[in-house]
Amino acid sequence: MKTTRFRSGLLVAYGVLILAFLYLPLVSVGLASISKARYLSFPIRRYAYGWYEEAVTSDTVRDLLIISLKVAGLVTILSMVIGFFGALAFARYSWRFRKTYQKLILLPIFFPQTVLGLALLMWFNALDIVPSWKTAIVAHLVWIAPIATLIVSIRAFSFDAALEEAARDMGASQWQTLREVTIPLLMPGVTSAGLFAFLLSWGNFPLSLFTTGADSTLPEWLFAKMVSGYSPLVPTVGMLTVLTSAVLVLGALLLAWAIRRLRPTD
Amino acid sequence: MQRRERNLGLLYSAPLTIFLFLAFLAPICLVAAFSAMPEKVFSLTQMPDFSAYRTVLEQGYWKSVAWSLFMAFVATLILLVICWPLAFGMAKVFKRFTLVLTIGVVMTLFVSENIRLFGWVLTLMKGGLIEGYWRHWTGVGFDAPLYNGPIIVFGLVYVYLPFMLFPLAQGIAMVPDDARQSAYDLGATRWQILKEIDLPLAMPGIMVGSLLTFVLAAGAMAESKLLGGRAIITIADEVQTAFTYGQNWPLGSALAMVLIAIIGTVAIWAISKADLDKMMGRKA
Repeated sequence: MKTTRFRSGLLVAYGVLILAFLYLPLVSVGLASISKARYLSFPIRRYAYGWYEEAVTSDTVRDLLIISLKVAGLVTILSMVIGFFGALAFARYSWRFRKTYQKLILLPIFFPQTVLGLALLMWFNALDIVPSWKTAIVAHLVWIAPIATLIVSIRAFSFDAALEEAARDMGASQWQTLREVTIPLLMPGVTSAGLFAFLLSWGNFPLSLFTTGADSTLPEWLFAKMVSGYSPLVPTVGMLTVLTSAVLVLGALLLAWAIRRLRPTD
Repeated sequence: MQRRERNLGLLYSAPLTIFLFLAFLAPICLVAAFSAMPEKVFSLTQMPDFSAYRTVLEQGYWKSVAWSLFMAFVATLILLVICWPLAFGMAKVFKRFTLVLTIGVVMTLFVSENIRLFGWVLTLMKGGLIEGYWRHWTGVGFDAPLYNGPIIVFGLVYVYLPFMLFPLAQGIAMVPDDARQSAYDLGATRWQILKEIDLPLAMPGIMVGSLLTFVLAAGAMAESKLLGGRAIITIADEVQTAFTYGQNWPLGSALAMVLIAIIGTVAIWAISKADLDKMMGRKA
């Protein structure tokens, strides 16, 4: 029972349609960001890039950018470290509470993020911690560190345990085995986990909303502007954050492709 | 060797486990404790009287709960139907195109939900992308299909599509081609193959996808706020309002506990059934 060419053509067309559906709102945001008018109305009559100039030179945007980058950067580094060790416990070693541990780390991923943000706000309040961008890192990590662990685990599942044992049999110490065998083998997983962590933190809104205190990240600022009326800077800044993510993903894909090309036998 | 593995497992899991105990389970316990307090207090020193739960029942908050669950359910059903053909294509038909689709869909996940929903507002509003061009070409305008119940479900379908698509494709990939082929050779129709072979064998993927979308959609808020104009107020929105404008932490906590109980039951049931070693392909 082979799928006929007509049918598979139809399926491809359907796939293209779904992709178009997923990206249509971003097209609108993109067009809105280069409309010259202060009050947006389609069809757009005159295009201009003035809003981008304004966004790039604005002090507000620069402050938001710095906070977003600080949060996403630290979340990335911490997720990579936690995810690396977490994944070894998740996938590689047999130990007593492994099944329970596997299930525990799935829970935060399912949890409604707004409620998690509020719960953390109460928790920080109870501990007398003043919320700032630093507490937002904790909030992001609750959700992102488990995801990073899962991503590294996919790599760790295909890990050949014999390699570690061989290193130990030949007299490598615990630390040497980790440094020479385990880390290099899991590195591709850790790198993609880092990329995911950065992008998810960069775009996250519901967790930041209650946990940044007086500080504000880019998605928070965008939301505040969206609900308080239209500003031409919203689509522009929104587009800039989207482009940042897109450049990162495409760069990573290109890098992965280049590495595979340079090492055909792996 | 065995002993070493046992210790290393415990040691390496410690950072994440301790972190989740301190920053995930402890705050939830705090919410649970607050939900028992008399209303409008900001400390845990009062006698618990559970009056906030009575308010939840008496003030009609259950309607928000019911609406959230209903919309999440409808969105899940719609997503099953929409994603099935595409997931089938990704698992069985496409070759290169599967990679293109995967990258294309995953990339949307990295764009803030706000921006994408805001994009839909710009697309659908009066004078937006669709209505604006339609009026420009035909001379007739129409009202924006925004700020009502169905558009919230539309938003849920849009935002949670990846969470249905990928588990479903994974599930369909598990259906052996031989089984489908022999059914076909024995004279089964396409509909029979779908009903007797594809659906039962892809059930794990269907379950994971459905539960994931349902749970995430039930706790959603942004779709109702941005697209729906709060035509229907979701439970997550009520929680937030109680905490912020209402300044009523016990009420917010009680509402949060209701949501946590529902989602937690579904999630824990699903997670307890899943064998992650098997699903992620652990070598023996």
